[in-house]
Amino acid sequence: MSEAPTNAACPMNRTQVVDAYFMEHRARILDLAAFLDRVDRAGPGADDFRMQAFRAALSILGDGKPERARRVLELLSDPGTEPVAKAGMKGATGAHDPKAGKA
Amino acid sequence: MYIDPHVHMVSRNTDDYVRMARAGCVAITEPAFWAGYDRSSPQGFFDYFRQLTEFEPRRAAQYGIRHHTWLCINPKEAEDPVFAREVIGLIPGFLEKRNVLGIGEIGLNKNSRNELEILEAHLQLASDHGLLVLVHTPHLEDKLKGTRLILDAIRRFPKLDAGRVLIDHVEEHTAKLVLDRGFWCGMTLYPDTKCTPQRAVDIIECYGSERIWMNSAGDWGHSDPIAVPKAQMEMRRRGHLESLVRKVTFENPERFLSQSGRFSAEPLRPTAPDITR
Repeated sequence: MSEAPTNAACPMNRTQVVDAYFMEHRARILDLAAFLDRVDRAGPGADDFRMQAFRAALSILGDGKPERARRVLELLSDPGTEPVAKAGMKGATGAHDPKAGKA
Repeated sequence: MYIDPHVHMVSRNTDDYVRMARAGCVAITEPAFWAGYDRSSPQGFFDYFRQLTEFEPRRAAQYGIRHHTWLCINPKEAEDPVFAREVIGLIPGFLEKRNVLGIGEIGLNKNSRNELEILEAHLQLASDHGLLVLVHTPHLEDKLKGTRLILDAIRRFPKLDAGRVLIDHVEEHTAKLVLDRGFWCGMTLYPDTKCTPQRAVDIIECYGSERIWMNSAGDWGHSDPIAVPKAQMEMRRRGHLESLVRKVTFENPERFLSQSGRFSAEPLRPTAPDITR
């Protein structure tokens, strides 16, 4: 099991955190499982960039290393450094599409 | 008692003002925003700026809430630089309105060159007039790159003091980036796409309570105008001291916003509606 970040300052101890949040996150992990089942039941097809990123993010959750939230967000982020030539749309998809327009 | 330093009340109804007042909201600041569609003329922005500086403060006052605002053309409408510059040209005419705190929420949306050009035009305006700045960082997969581009852009304006610029919508991957450069940061409490109250409190635990605030950014989309008191409840649930709750939900925003010389969170007796209008 990984160590907590040294600068964490949550007043709760480990048992209190689990007592407070386990049921809420038990429900959420079931939501994740059901979502993946739903994708499978929807029929054959390849994962698009969002689902590829989603599955990679799931592997971070189980790797036992700290700062999972930061690392998942970075995984889902555009790694580029230059502005794009033009905004093709106003919205966002939630995961970086490697095939998206380049600068 | 709390301040919601980022909420788009023109998109909310009066019942939301009632709920916010009952939950302890005493003051808000409302950045200029995208309406969900592109306005067809600069005149549309002129009317919007009047709404933000004239109508909305009166509506808020009926519920004992002090209303302040920020002006700009939002990055979602910055892809046409000629149009955007016409709108920016309207802003100086509103800077003397007593509830205007500065320029915002400027920034980037899709990290395009045109958006960056218009961000820099806003930064120049703020620099020229010595105004506070409230910066929107992009959504989801665009946030990390956009935050870096924004921080680099601000650095090109040496007259802009980092202590007078707030970078909003930070999450776990951008909070440290912003704080390490001396800026203030805001966490937006959204049901799906930004921070939950739980994650916002995690970020405070990991990165500290200096130069940081929380807001609801309630707007016309899926959002919650009483998200800040829910985050206060989350802090209390974990056993954080009441002084820390007050610091991040009242004292910090008051400290940053008071630099404008126009912000007030003093108690306001609810006013009667103006029946002549």
